[in-house]
Amino acid sequence: MAGHSKYVPQSAPAKWLEARLPVISLIRGSFVDFPTPKNLNYWWTFGGIAFAVLVVQIVTGIVLVMHYTPHETLAFASVEHIMRDVNFGWLIRYMHANGASFFFIAVYIHICRGLYYGSYKAPREISWILGVLIFLIMMATAFMGYVLPWGQMSLWGATVITNLFSALPFVGESITTWLWGGFAVGNPTLNRFFSLHYLLPFVLVGIVLLHIWAFHTTGNNNPAGIDPKTEKDTIPFHPYYTVKDLFAIIVFFIFFAWFVFYLPNFMGHPDNYIEANPMVTPAHIVPEWYFLPFYAILRAVPDKLGGVVAMFGAIAMLFILPWLDTSKVRSARFRPIYRMLFWVFMFTCLALGWLGGQPAEEPFVTASRIFTVLYFAHFLIFMPLLGFIEKPKKLPASINDDVLANAKAH
Amino acid sequence: MEHTETAEPSRRDFLYLATGAVGAVGVGAVAWPFIDQMNPDASALALASIEVDVSAIEVGQSITVKWRGKPVFIRQRTEKEIEEANAVALNDLPDPLARNLNLAPEAEATDVNRSATGKEAWLVMVGVCTHLGCVPLGEEGDFGGWFCPCHGSHYDTAGRIRKGPAPENMLVPPFSFVKDDVIKIG
Amino acid sequence: MKKYMFNTARVAALVAGVALSGSALAAGAGPHIEEQKWSFSGPFGQFDKAQLQRGFQVYKEVCSSCHSLNYVAFRNLAEEGGPGFSEEEVKALAAEYTVVDGPNEDGDMFERPAKPFDRFPAPFENDEQAKASNGGALPPDLSLIAKARATGRGWKFFSDLFTQYQESGPDYLYNLLTSYEEEFPACAGEQSNYFNPKFIGGTLPAECAELHLTGGGIAMAPPLFDEAVEYADGTPMTTDQYARDVSAFLMWTAEPKLDQRKQLGLGVLGFLMVFASLLYYSKRKIWRDVDH
Repeated sequence: MAGHSKYVPQSAPAKWLEARLPVISLIRGSFVDFPTPKNLNYWWTFGGIAFAVLVVQIVTGIVLVMHYTPHETLAFASVEHIMRDVNFGWLIRYMHANGASFFFIAVYIHICRGLYYGSYKAPREISWILGVLIFLIMMATAFMGYVLPWGQMSLWGATVITNLFSALPFVGESITTWLWGGFAVGNPTLNRFFSLHYLLPFVLVGIVLLHIWAFHTTGNNNPAGIDPKTEKDTIPFHPYYTVKDLFAIIVFFIFFAWFVFYLPNFMGHPDNYIEANPMVTPAHIVPEWYFLPFYAILRAVPDKLGGVVAMFGAIAMLFILPWLDTSKVRSARFRPIYRMLFWVFMFTCLALGWLGGQPAEEPFVTASRIFTVLYFAHFLIFMPLLGFIEKPKKLPASINDDVLANAKAH
Repeated sequence: MEHTETAEPSRRDFLYLATGAVGAVGVGAVAWPFIDQMNPDASALALASIEVDVSAIEVGQSITVKWRGKPVFIRQRTEKEIEEANAVALNDLPDPLARNLNLAPEAEATDVNRSATGKEAWLVMVGVCTHLGCVPLGEEGDFGGWFCPCHGSHYDTAGRIRKGPAPENMLVPPFSFVKDDVIKIG
Repeated sequence: MKKYMFNTARVAALVAGVALSGSALAAGAGPHIEEQKWSFSGPFGQFDKAQLQRGFQVYKEVCSSCHSLNYVAFRNLAEEGGPGFSEEEVKALAAEYTVVDGPNEDGDMFERPAKPFDRFPAPFENDEQAKASNGGALPPDLSLIAKARATGRGWKFFSDLFTQYQESGPDYLYNLLTSYEEEFPACAGEQSNYFNPKFIGGTLPAECAELHLTGGGIAMAPPLFDEAVEYADGTPMTTDQYARDVSAFLMWTAEPKLDQRKQLGLGVLGFLMVFASLLYYSKRKIWRDVDH
């Protein structure tokens, strides 16, 4: 990272610092002088957008903790106190609640970009795996955060999800009691979820830095999927990509603000405005939208343990993806069959998301099963097979050639 | 080349300046809600005034009530205490100001100015030492008033600082007798 | 680059939209809720103070005998964005209520007139007492009811994204309050409570399914009648008007910062758009000498 820095300390204090802690050249090398392929499109801004939303979540979260009380008899009321009495409390809470959804929107787009352009392929496997780890930890964080307002969906969502672990043979029961700190989701559960919900975002920041370190070591992937060869192929990160990313972040925040100010409860569930009641289960328990595809896979399997294994398996697919894809070519732009299958896969995920929100009855169950099979087939059959049967298009000689060819085409 | 760089700011520079300036305004505006959320909230502000029934307080007795999270001393003083307080010359006081929020800020620290209007026996003050915020003990210290055990500040029978590190007399909060025996504080 | 931006927006909307539909559609086929006109809908919508005052009157004179309003304090009635009562009016109003305070010096709890900082006292001591007094049914707290009873929107969720429709809660309350029917349909047989075809918590026997009937039995008797509440401002004293006013009032108790939220939103969106355009032109200038 620091190796790309063109920084030469001039003043005496700067030289003094550089000799002891080369933090300035590290930052310069990573985010100023860093040579970045010049053909990155707007899909590449979603990493920066996701990071910006993570910062929003951490800042608003720290503020909410100043007013929130993690106790089963007080949590719901303390959230109402934030909404009604704390200065700008309503704004900060709506930012945080909607921010979770927007974090997932940004990360899902970021993942899909990686899938389309083959960013997971060698030599970027570690960066990809760290990314999947970020996704997993994010899901855990979001799930525990949703429990904290202690509404009906908080309680019953927590009950359903923690009960997944009871599917494990032999140890299942003891693991759920251990997770709960009791015999049902209750005050001890709320307290430990609060503690972990505060901790995990900082772990996320750490892994995000490793994620960046990894792809700064290999260099960015790019829409052409070929490595930069000469200086003509790259431009320094600053000011080119700083201004482009900032523009994209602000545009993304326009959508975010649209929800925070005008549709703040659009993505929430009405039942979460009813205080948690362990004696009454809501008619339909639905997870937050970002879990729905996985929830559909869980329900598609008619066996408790099998469902849990399939759900976690769906995420495990992403971890082993770099080795499932046998193609020599990265970008879907030059892979005609993969490109088609990518869109089939996108449709599969959206369909699973929609099915996850439907009641567990026909025809939704059969549809969920078909799409679950398609989901796994994409990773386990199509990806390995394509490398052998697909004939990729001719790759451009360099990024610069590709850019010039595209400019001519317009 | 060098002339162009020192020439008038071009349109390009202006665009960057404007973008930066708007961005800076945005950062400032976003900061405000995050700062303001730490100020007292609406429920705390609503508790800003309390009413206290003082009919049970005999001469020479005091009670402590909570107002805005702080103790307030309410004392019906004895004749002797009032005399002692009146006997002190203003010049001998480390803090010559009344520190009474019901009066003008420059009011002098006479006993009348420290006590309730028209009811000189009644002393109402925030029971917080003006040094570093401890609660002083009643009927203690070298002057028969209050004594702060934290760092040894002595207050007299009118709650005025006489000796020790505290810089000011104890604060008299905004209050009034709404009835003969009901005091409204705040 | 224009092409990419177009794609970004389209795909983002699709991803967000279809994924979101899950929660929006979860409720399934329920009663049809007629959408109403509200002063507080849309980006410029604000509460109508006079309506909130009337709605409060309906709550006070009708609903409050069974339903609590636990998260609302008297002082809220005088706060910005609310019904706009004066501080004096709120003081006088609070004094009509008695609250339990204490303990006093003797360790006893005592009763005193309520003050603006007190919350509305609940009509029952606890849920058990409330149930015992209402034939086993618990009258829900109304503070958040307008957000807790937002109903599923089906595929309309997609147009809601653009129209900013967020009033399914008050729409539902209005529909419920104005849709009581005299008798259960014949297919339902003998029933001990009241028939309301809009009640989302109700169920009807299987025999009724073919008739496409919705709703079901509700424990709450029809609460509103024409002339039941005396309006001082000449507003028509009809069940319809009462239902409208009290639904608006309950939207305010659920979302008391709605006015401020929508006002601030305009400023924030305006600012972000200006800033985004400036950044867009800056970006174009910076990238001018790069082939991309």
